[in-house]
Amino acid sequence: MANQSPNTALQAPKLQRAGRTNYELYSWLFMRISGIILVFLVLGHLFIMNILDGGVQRINFAFVAGRWASPFWQVWDLVQLWLAMLHGGNGLRTIINDYAESARTRKILQVLLAVTVVFIVLLGTLVIFTFDPNIK
Amino acid sequence: MASLPAALYRGREGMWSWVAHRITGVAVFFFLFTHVLDTALVRVSPQAYDAVIDTYKTPIVNFLEVGLTGAVLYHALNGIRLILVDFWSKGPKYHRVMLWAISALWVIIMVPGFYFMTKHTFEQMFGGN
Repeated sequence: MANQSPNTALQAPKLQRAGRTNYELYSWLFMRISGIILVFLVLGHLFIMNILDGGVQRINFAFVAGRWASPFWQVWDLVQLWLAMLHGGNGLRTIINDYAESARTRKILQVLLAVTVVFIVLLGTLVIFTFDPNIK
Repeated sequence: MASLPAALYRGREGMWSWVAHRITGVAVFFFLFTHVLDTALVRVSPQAYDAVIDTYKTPIVNFLEVGLTGAVLYHALNGIRLILVDFWSKGPKYHRVMLWAISALWVIIMVPGFYFMTKHTFEQMFGGN
């Protein structure tokens, strides 16, 4: 009831205990959940693109235009892109942590990986959403 | 590597399936990177996209696609096996049996997969009809 010293509001924030987050637990769980979804999305994608109805030989710009006219395939490809890049990016993060011998090398590779993942996810998302079947 | 008496894990199925999981994972990741870039050419022009996609239809790249499919399929099947090891109470007990099971499944899927994926290439190379 306002009897507390006004100085309490200025106390230093509690120190964070370094390395005590659940980040690696969530990472482990994410790999399993995204993995199950990707099994269906990616194997389905490979089957449709490489085996069904003439396989890779039938793929061209008109084929892509026909597919992305449907929101179903747009969403499929979007979810597949995001999950695959985050799943693969997180996998590579683990591998870099395992094999990079110096902190400097590790930092460089992790930054390069993060930039790559962000760039590819944004580029792919942009392409799906801005696709123009009438482009010249 | 002459004698490693206590290393029960090293060199056995658990290690090799893990090594293969990493190798296939990295390979698929690098392909995915390339694949988003080549697909992005649909925003440049239909001609640019078709020109690059035509390389996917050549015999050599067609066989590489089979390799990619094999890598993805192994990674998927072994991933399911890992999930079963982690979440199924009997998973750790049967992890080795499950590795042989997914290996068999991989062959069963890849044999017809190879046939259908390369059918056109073989017809082209050896003149079908």
